Amino acid sequence: MSDFDFSVILENWGFLAQGLRYTVQVTITAMLGGILIGTVLALMRLSSLPPLQWFAAGYVNIFRSVPLVQVILAFYLILPMVLQMITGKQMPIGAANSAYFTFTVFEAAYYSEIMRSGIQSVPRGQVAAGYAMGFTYGQTMRLVVLPQAFRNMLPVLLTQTIILFQDVSLVYAIGATDFFGAADKITQRDLRPVEMYTTVAVVYFVICFTLSRLVKLLQSRIAIIR
Amino acid sequence: MDYHWDWLFFFRETDDGLKYYDWILSGLGWTTLVSLASLALALALGSALGVMRTTPKRWLVAIGDAYVDVFRNIPLIVQLFMWFFVVPELVPDRLGMWMKQDLPYVVIAVVGLGLYTAARIAEQVKAGINSLSRGQRNAGLALGLTEWQTYRHVRLPMAYRIVLPAMTSEAMNIFKNSAVTYAVGILELYFQYKQIIEKTSQVLEITIVVTLAYFALAFLMNRLLAFIERRTRVPGLIVGGKGSN
Amino acid sequence: MIEIKNVSKWYGSFQVLTDCTTNVKKSEVVVVCGPSGSGKSTLIKCVNALEPFQKGSIVVNGVAVEDPKTNLPKLRAQVGMVFQNFELFPHMTITDNLTIAQIKVLGRSREEAVDKGLKLLDRVGLKAQAAKYPGQLSGGQQQRVAIARALAMDPICMLFDEPTSALDPEMINEVLDVMVQLAHEGMTMMCVTHEMGFARKVAHRVIFMDRGAIVEDAAKDDFFGQPRSERAQNFLAKILHH
Repeated sequence: MSDFDFSVILENWGFLAQGLRYTVQVTITAMLGGILIGTVLALMRLSSLPPLQWFAAGYVNIFRSVPLVQVILAFYLILPMVLQMITGKQMPIGAANSAYFTFTVFEAAYYSEIMRSGIQSVPRGQVAAGYAMGFTYGQTMRLVVLPQAFRNMLPVLLTQTIILFQDVSLVYAIGATDFFGAADKITQRDLRPVEMYTTVAVVYFVICFTLSRLVKLLQSRIAIIR
Repeated sequence: MDYHWDWLFFFRETDDGLKYYDWILSGLGWTTLVSLASLALALALGSALGVMRTTPKRWLVAIGDAYVDVFRNIPLIVQLFMWFFVVPELVPDRLGMWMKQDLPYVVIAVVGLGLYTAARIAEQVKAGINSLSRGQRNAGLALGLTEWQTYRHVRLPMAYRIVLPAMTSEAMNIFKNSAVTYAVGILELYFQYKQIIEKTSQVLEITIVVTLAYFALAFLMNRLLAFIERRTRVPGLIVGGKGSN
Repeated sequence: MIEIKNVSKWYGSFQVLTDCTTNVKKSEVVVVCGPSGSGKSTLIKCVNALEPFQKGSIVVNGVAVEDPKTNLPKLRAQVGMVFQNFELFPHMTITDNLTIAQIKVLGRSREEAVDKGLKLLDRVGLKAQAAKYPGQLSGGQQQRVAIARALAMDPICMLFDEPTSALDPEMINEVLDVMVQLAHEGMTMMCVTHEMGFARKVAHRVIFMDRGAIVEDAAKDDFFGQPRSERAQNFLAKILHH
C-alpha cells in the first residue's frame, strides 16, 4: 500500500472525468428512453389485445434472460447491418453511440416490469372512476393511473437506474470509453492497476451509495404521504 | 439484406481441430460450473450475512450492513478486476504471487461472482427473516431453544420458503452475470460467443444459438426451484400473504 | 416459585414497567389483568427473559433471571409459555411442533418425545390431528396444541399471555377448559387474560395493572368483592358490563 501513487490519478483525472461523463450520459439517456418505452410495453402487456400482450411479454422475457454483455456486443454488430439494410449505405455508428441505443432498449424491459407492477398497484376503482368521468382509455391512463403508478414506483425506478449506472461499465465488451473503460485504458498504458481500479471502485461506491441512501429517504417520504 | 446465412458453420473445424459446436459446449460447461459454484458460495455466505443482520448484536448487524453496501454499490466487472489485479498487490508478497501464478483463474472468478451475489442473497434472507412475526422467535426461545437453534429450526426454514420466489430470480440471474467473467479470462459461453464472431462473422446464427442456450439455463434453474418450491410447500399455509401488511 | 421484585423497564426514555413486585407460589394460579398497554404482557415476558428489564430482579425456582450467568435456554425449558397468536411453527407437523424442543433441548430420543407429545395431544383432544400442519387447524385447536407443546417440556410453571384474545368467541371455551383442568391439577400458572369467568373459577389471586404498575394484588374474592383502587373498579365495571 505504501507505493500507492496518487499522482497517477491526478495526472489522468481529465480522461477519467470524460469517461464518467459518458457513463452519466448513457445512464440518463437510457433511463428516460427506457422508462418511456417500458411504460408503453407495460400498457401493451396489460392491454386486452393478445398480439400486443405477446409482443410485450416476448420483448421483456428475451431481454431479461440474456446477459447484458451479449446484447451490447450483438447490437454493436447487428445495428450497422440493419441501418445499412434500411438506408442502403454503410453506416459505422461506433461503439460509443451504439451503447446509447442498446441500453435504452435493454433497460426498457426492466423498467416495463416495474411500471407493470406500478400500474397494477393502482386500485381498479381508480380506472372505473376515470371512465365514469367520461375519460377515454388514454386519458384515464395518462391523467389517473400512470401518475399514481409512477409515484408509487419512483423508488424502484431509481434503484433500477443505479443498477443501470453500474451496468454501463459493461461497454468494456465493445471497447467504449466509459468511466471504467477510461481507467482500464490508462492501466494498459501506465501499468498502475491498483491506483486506477481502486479509484473506479471508490468513485462508483461513493456515487451509488449516496444515491441509494437518497432513494431510501425518498421511499420513507412516499410511505408517509400515502 | 446481403447477410450470408450459414447454419452449418457450427460443424466446421476450428483452428484448434475442434468443431465450433465443441467451443459452444465447452463454454456452456464453464458457464454452468462458474455459475453453480458461485451460487453455492453466495447462498452460504449470503445466508450467514442475512442472519447476522437480524441478530440483536449491533456489531454483527454493522458488519452485515457494510458488506451489503460495499458489494452492491460497485459494478461486478470492477469487483472482478479488483480481485484479479488489485488484491494480489495489496496482500503480502508471497500470497500475492501465489494468487497471480498458482491460483486457478476460475477460483478467483467464482469468489468474485459469489461475493457479489452474496450481498443480494443477504438482502433477501434478511427480508425473509424480518417478515416473520417476532412471536415465532419468542416461541422458540420460550421452549428453551438457543438463539442459534431458533434460527436453524424455526426462523430460517420459514424465511427461505418466503423468499424462494426472489431467490429463484437471483439464481436465474447468476448465469447472466457469469458472462462478465469472460473479462478476466474465463472461457465461458460469452467468451466463446465473442471468439466465434471474430473467427466467422456469422453474428446472427451464433447470437440466436447462444441466446437460446442462456434461455435454456435460466429455464432449467427456474424448473429446479419450482420443484423445490413444490416439495417444501406447507399444507394449509399461504406464503406471501404476509408481505402486504 | 416466581418472585418478582421491584422490576422496572424502559424502552429508551419511556417507562413501561414501574417497580412491579409480586410472588407466585407453587400450585398457585394468578391472573394478571388490566387495560391494553398496561404492561401486563411485558411483565409476563420478563419472567422467562424474553424481555430484558433494567431494574429489579425476578427469581424463578431459585434462579435469578436477570443474572447474565444464568443459562436462559435451560431456565426457559422449565417455564412453559403460551402466546396470544399461538406461534406454532407453521412449517412443521403438529407432531414435530410437539417434539422439536424435547429432542433439541431436553435431549430426549425421538420415540420418547413422540410418545410424550401424542399423550398430551390426546389430553387436549386432538390426537387425530398429529400428522397435520398448523395451518390446517382452527385457532382454538392451534392454541390447544400450543399448550400441549409447552406441557411436553414438563414445565414447573406455565405462563399464559392472553391465550384467548386472538380466538373467535366460539373457540374460547375449548382453550379455557384445558387451562381450568391444568389449574385443578395443581399447575403453577401466571395468566394474562381478560377472561374474568376463568379468574373467578380457578384463580387464587388477581393482579391488576395500569400504566406499567401493579395497582392491585389481591386474593380473588377480595378483588371481585371490593377492589380498593378506583382504576380497578372502573376496569371491572367496563369489562363485566360489556
